[in-house]
Amino acid sequence: MAYEPKIIGFLCNWCTYAGADLAGTSRLQYPPNMRPIRVMCSGAVDSVYILRALLEGADGVFIGGCHPGDCHYVSGNYKTRRRMVLFNSIMESLGLDTDRVLLRWISAAEGKRFADTVTEFTEKLRQKGPSPFKTLWEV
Amino acid sequence: MEDRQAVLVVGGGIGGVQAALDLADSGCQVYLVDRSPAIGGYMARLDKTFPTNDCSMCILSPKLVTCARHPNIRLLTITEVQSVTGEPGAFTVQLKRYARSVDLTRCTGCGDCLEKCPVRLPNEFEGGFSQRRAIYRLYAQAVPNAPAIDRANCLKFTRDRCGNCARVCKAGAINYEEKDEEITLSVSSIIIAPGSEVVSGAVRPEYGYGRYPNVVTSLEFERIMSASGPFGGHIQRPSDKKEPKKIAWIQCYGSRDRSIGREYCSSVCCMYATKEAVIAKEHSRQIEPAVFYMDMRAFGKDFDRYIERAERQYGVRFVHARVAEVREDPETRDLFLRYATEQGQRSERFHMVVLSCGFVPPEQVLILNRRLGLPLNSFSYPEADLWEPVRAGRNGIFLAGSGQGPKDIPETVVQASAAAVKALPGALNYDAVKIADVQTEVAPMVFTAPRIGVFVCHCGINIGGIVRVPEVVELARTLPGVVFAEENLYSCSADSLEKIKNRIKEYRLNRVVVASCSPRTHEPLFQATVAEAGLNPHLFAMTNIRDQCSWVHDDPDRATEKAKELVRMAVARVRRQEPLVSVRLPVTKAGLVIGGGIAGMASALALADAGFDVYLVEKEAELGGVARTLYRTIEGDDIQQRLEEMVRRVMEHQRIKVFTGTTVRQIDGFVGSYETTLSNNERIKHGVVILAIGARYRQPEEFFYGKSEQVRTQKELEEIIARTPERLRQVRSVVMIQCAGSRNEARPYCSRICCVEAIKNALALKEINPEMDVYILYRDIRTYGFKEDFYRRAREKGVIFIRYTPEQEPMVSFAGDRLQVEFFEPVLETTIKLTPELVVLSAGVVAQEGAGELGKMLKVPLHQDGFFLEAHAKLRPVDFATDGVFFAGLCHYPKFIDETIASAQAASARAVTVLSRDFVAAEPYQAVVNPQRCSACHMCENLCAYRAIEVKLVDERQGRYAAVVNPALCKGCGACAANCRSGAIDIKGFAGENIFRELTALFS
Repeated sequence: MAYEPKIIGFLCNWCTYAGADLAGTSRLQYPPNMRPIRVMCSGAVDSVYILRALLEGADGVFIGGCHPGDCHYVSGNYKTRRRMVLFNSIMESLGLDTDRVLLRWISAAEGKRFADTVTEFTEKLRQKGPSPFKTLWEV
Repeated sequence: MEDRQAVLVVGGGIGGVQAALDLADSGCQVYLVDRSPAIGGYMARLDKTFPTNDCSMCILSPKLVTCARHPNIRLLTITEVQSVTGEPGAFTVQLKRYARSVDLTRCTGCGDCLEKCPVRLPNEFEGGFSQRRAIYRLYAQAVPNAPAIDRANCLKFTRDRCGNCARVCKAGAINYEEKDEEITLSVSSIIIAPGSEVVSGAVRPEYGYGRYPNVVTSLEFERIMSASGPFGGHIQRPSDKKEPKKIAWIQCYGSRDRSIGREYCSSVCCMYATKEAVIAKEHSRQIEPAVFYMDMRAFGKDFDRYIERAERQYGVRFVHARVAEVREDPETRDLFLRYATEQGQRSERFHMVVLSCGFVPPEQVLILNRRLGLPLNSFSYPEADLWEPVRAGRNGIFLAGSGQGPKDIPETVVQASAAAVKALPGALNYDAVKIADVQTEVAPMVFTAPRIGVFVCHCGINIGGIVRVPEVVELARTLPGVVFAEENLYSCSADSLEKIKNRIKEYRLNRVVVASCSPRTHEPLFQATVAEAGLNPHLFAMTNIRDQCSWVHDDPDRATEKAKELVRMAVARVRRQEPLVSVRLPVTKAGLVIGGGIAGMASALALADAGFDVYLVEKEAELGGVARTLYRTIEGDDIQQRLEEMVRRVMEHQRIKVFTGTTVRQIDGFVGSYETTLSNNERIKHGVVILAIGARYRQPEEFFYGKSEQVRTQKELEEIIARTPERLRQVRSVVMIQCAGSRNEARPYCSRICCVEAIKNALALKEINPEMDVYILYRDIRTYGFKEDFYRRAREKGVIFIRYTPEQEPMVSFAGDRLQVEFFEPVLETTIKLTPELVVLSAGVVAQEGAGELGKMLKVPLHQDGFFLEAHAKLRPVDFATDGVFFAGLCHYPKFIDETIASAQAASARAVTVLSRDFVAAEPYQAVVNPQRCSACHMCENLCAYRAIEVKLVDERQGRYAAVVNPALCKGCGACAANCRSGAIDIKGFAGENIFRELTALFS
């Protein structure tokens, strides 16, 4: 069977999770590779969650939050954005692949953007092949 | 009943249910009366709803269930109103409650009696396509769930034989001796929400309904499509059970039809027919749907987009033609439609025909109206004033829903909420308000080993059609901690909820997982169910295998695999879940209304009349909003006069404080306790916010507008008609262009009011000078509801209507200094040039400036067209997802005055459900600090957007500092937890440990 990447999606309750629901009510098809985990805010996604997901065996991690300015908790998504810059620079300095982590702003009205994002990210990870992180963990 | 004043709600459809819930949530006692053995009305019979394609039963069912178990609502089914006497505040109502012959308190809803009944009757609920027994349940998820005996057909009653049902009933619930009962109630007001009836399929014999089996009504087709319907959701022809390939919808059946005395438009058929066509196509790609229409009336929010998608994405064929006749080929039972398009006569073969049946006032409404003494309009619907849209012609009686005129679901819901706030008893004692029980004690069973129950939902075919539910259940049974797993057809139905409760007791479950739809819509319902069985509602996890699985993945193998993994994750999460307790937050019993137009004023008045203080903030120097520049409604009301009355009432109301020339600078706080700073630096405290900031008439940029005095907007023409009509007396020819700059790529929506405005002005022009040539160039005339009558009048007066398509838009040019309009005439198939003195543009309505800014201040979202986005398009039309914030009027979408006022009153009704309480329960998901780990670094303090966490001295003896959370302010966003360098903070219910467990469960 062809390789299918496994993706963990941390979806903020107010925007991206609702956007994913809207993709559902609009019956927009996208590949079934992502396993969503609902969090109250993208700002609550600790870097450790992302690392843990990658080390446990995820081929990619997606974080979805509200558009800048739309955060239900005033500024949680700005905190996410800052944290992700830092996170990526640490990944880079360790020589790790930053393309396996994706942050996107998707609102409750953007079902199509959600479906497109999952489709694109899945396709990208498919081309990259299985993640080497899990083996790092085993060592 | 008790010492509080009560309200009677007649009709248990979505309108009556919404009104009952709003009243009950405001602390009022409610009697909800329905003639049927179960509530739910027409909405219970629909398969899906437009424009979101939400499953009708899925969104309705939680409301029905809440209604049935609300401590303030008493359901009276199979009951009719006999008479009403007395005055507002003290009505005496005589009811007749017919015997159900089944004891509601004893019946468990097991259904054994249904199987043993020997009588077979056509099932009316299913359009007669299936059979029911003489003891029957209206529909599978019926509320109440107990069956009823149809005495006219039961052998026990007709021939004194049989008695099977009583014999098999283990609960001893059958009672043949039950008598009809006379009930007398004292109520302070009455809401009538009896709904409309769908016109009989037989009103136009030339379409062959009743003679040709494959001609069905739209309501019958809903049942044909429904997963819980007579054919299990497989679309088939009644004649041979074969799947039809070509299906035709015939619009305006029994509507807009003078020959049968139904001149009004039924408002909803264009959209539901399109929906049925789309859903049919979703059921089977083979199906080729065609909709035969006169005008496509997609005048609501996102409706035009839906039509567009139906055409482009689903290949629904829209044919602009009136069907003259349907003939059957007796051999194949196929149907031939003869119709005339703009291109001439045609005849086409179809396999099935659906009649898009319009609404008629049902016989019962007429009787009810006579009994209540309500005046009727010329269409035999109860009459209502545009400025008091839900008040019936008799004081103390209010109207909701399609019993008052054709309406779709959201408008019914709006009217129902509006009726609720108007019907609130004047002297309601809010101190006595019961609030939904908040679990404040922790059950001791937490410390025992997890005993998890997993319930996997089929959701009809919504999930079960793709995901192999039995396999998911099998998998669940093998997971650690799971002691029980089973599947449900609809987990949210009353019987399933009852079953879940029983399973919790039977298997001593201490944790529950439901795999079904979105927790955003259904988690509260399941949590309440779990709580009723004695569990803390947070010992529960929901996973979404519909919206985010079966609806978006068409590969059954991979969707099933995903569903299994989601269940695996949910079980891992719930295993270590801890019981949570909600904090109660006090409510400031006052409201802030932003915007002083008609919507804002109507909201303020409704809220103030209900007994709450209101701050009304208007940016302009005067109240009135855009209505200050309008003159007459098409019905003939003097807008300025009515507006003046309204402003006076607002200014004189003791509970309303008006701030004009003022804007809102900053809003702090949350539901129950807001503190707002105004531009005049005044600070006000309030518990709710209603946004009523209106919309703007668009200034056109096309067709030489602004460059020539001869090109005007409808609004400008209205002003000329009102103020200087003599200027128009010499005008010989006027061309009106509809949808100028609307329904295009830049603004892909219909502004709803322009067709009526154009016809209103055209009629006025004809009044001024009957010889004047008035042309209206249109794409679709959208005079829905009773406004259709004015369209007819305009045609009678000689206004010339010419249709154009977006591909062939009219062109405006100048020949010398003469204005020239050029357009294609589709019937004559020729291009016509006119040289009118005046071109009038219907330029549409656009969202208010500053909506985005306000939205950001309150954290509420905008729709893609710039209007505010409601929490749910169908059932929460004036709510935001954020508690305590509501909206009304044109900032939702363009509206007429009566619709604006209804939505304003509805927003107030929703606000009263918050303000009537002393406390609201805070989010249980809050930050919690482990002081042993906290290094008192102050990082969280700086990050918290709510100033809800602070480093304090926690141990004086040891001089130890640690972060402390203020539960009244913490919203549980998790910013502190995610950034804590010591890992000392967690969010209750979303602990990092739980997320790790989910990941481990998934990848192990």
